[in-house]
Amino acid sequence: MPVVLDADRMARSLARIAHEILERNRGIEEVALVGIRTRGVPLARRIAKSIHDVAGHDVACGALDITLYRDDLSGNAAMTIGPQPVIRKTEIPFSIDGKLILLVDDVLYTGRTIRAALDALIDFGRPRAIQLIVLVDRGHRELPIKADYVGKNIPTSSAQAVQVHLTEIDGRDEVEVLP
Amino acid sequence: MKKDLLGIADLTPDDIYRVLETADAMREVGRRPIKKVPTLRGKTVVNLFYEPSTRTRTSFEIAEKRLSADTLNVAVSASSVLKGETLVDTAMNIEAMSPDMIVLRHASSGACHLLSRICKSRIINAGDGMHEHPTQALLDAFTIKEHKKDIAGLKIAIVGDLLHSRVLRSNALLLTKLGAELWVCGPPTLVPPGIECLGVRVTTSVDEAVRDADVIMMLRIQQERMQGAFFPSLREYFNVFGMTKERVKLAKPDTIIMHPGPMNRGVEIASDVADGPYSVILEQVANGVAVRMAVLYLLAGGVEDEAAA
Repeated sequence: MPVVLDADRMARSLARIAHEILERNRGIEEVALVGIRTRGVPLARRIAKSIHDVAGHDVACGALDITLYRDDLSGNAAMTIGPQPVIRKTEIPFSIDGKLILLVDDVLYTGRTIRAALDALIDFGRPRAIQLIVLVDRGHRELPIKADYVGKNIPTSSAQAVQVHLTEIDGRDEVEVLP
Repeated sequence: MKKDLLGIADLTPDDIYRVLETADAMREVGRRPIKKVPTLRGKTVVNLFYEPSTRTRTSFEIAEKRLSADTLNVAVSASSVLKGETLVDTAMNIEAMSPDMIVLRHASSGACHLLSRICKSRIINAGDGMHEHPTQALLDAFTIKEHKKDIAGLKIAIVGDLLHSRVLRSNALLLTKLGAELWVCGPPTLVPPGIECLGVRVTTSVDEAVRDADVIMMLRIQQERMQGAFFPSLREYFNVFGMTKERVKLAKPDTIIMHPGPMNRGVEIASDVADGPYSVILEQVANGVAVRMAVLYLLAGGVEDEAAA
């Protein structure tokens, strides 16, 4: 199983993203991070910590579950066979109105998760802007969606699977590509 | 989950926990400024109520709307049922318009099972006669779990009209499945024979049922189902079985008082208990929406048996 990103390089990628955020956005007070469940949430917290370490600012952090907004739940009969995915809680304990929302996910692939996340976020208010942070961009987009901050671009074939492991959830930091 | 939700009897403890966990996430939707998610967009849900209902019907309707389903209510009092149409014919006609789910309340036990056999739509039991009322038991469990964390090992007393109560049957099945110690209490005329089979302890002494209870659940005296004299008078019933402040004191200091509604104040429960600090009766109603959203969501998906096949 080829590891394409180890713990050390993952940490450096996230630190670089934190710097890029600070560089690109003046007035960091108006910024909030929202992680997409499951693995976007710890990533968002780590970036928040990096921003705090560098700029001394506490950035609000939320968690978004997009299950209720998925486009493969109903409609197409072929897709509704199989039990419903588990729903977890969305926790955004702050108003997103007028803020710059940094949406965080682990892997950017078809773009459908991000489409759902955008719909979900907009139900919570009217952010000033939304930017997208992903740890890995593996290509194969099916929707016109592009990340603003990318940890690492990894060219893949659609037959492969990209597996992100994070210490908070999986006990180790690692990204691997499975054949 | 199976195709339909006919009763708690068909659910495993894992199914029950899955509903409760999903309901916990669903509750957050009700706290947003925009209380709506697109999950069941394009699904049609028919609420077919053959018995009067305020809470359950409203609760289902709100749950359906929060999930963006198209809902319609068939008010039986203004429908062809009055012209003599049978339940099966009504159901087949509704089915011909291809809804995705039918929420049924009916005065006859087993009505939902009958529809389940003839309908392709998913059937949700919103109360069938004296048999089951599964979503009520699920929302009760959700409410208990919120206050007591773990249901296993709790002493739960259910007091009232045991004979006519579908809420009792669903709750007894559910709470014993999750390992609670369940006591039921009512006048001997309102205790159905063989109720011990549900794994409950039966008593006619309210004090014994309520002593050290973690949860007290009151059941309504269902006068509309009573043909005959089950007890001398409502006043005497209240004196012997009614939940008063004095009786609540016998329970654990952190006990909670529940009632599935509608309440008969001064019959099964004193007003100061119903509105008192131990009462979680309105929380039950609030939780009902989240639990029904969870049930609608879980049933709208595929069936595990099919997926395995």
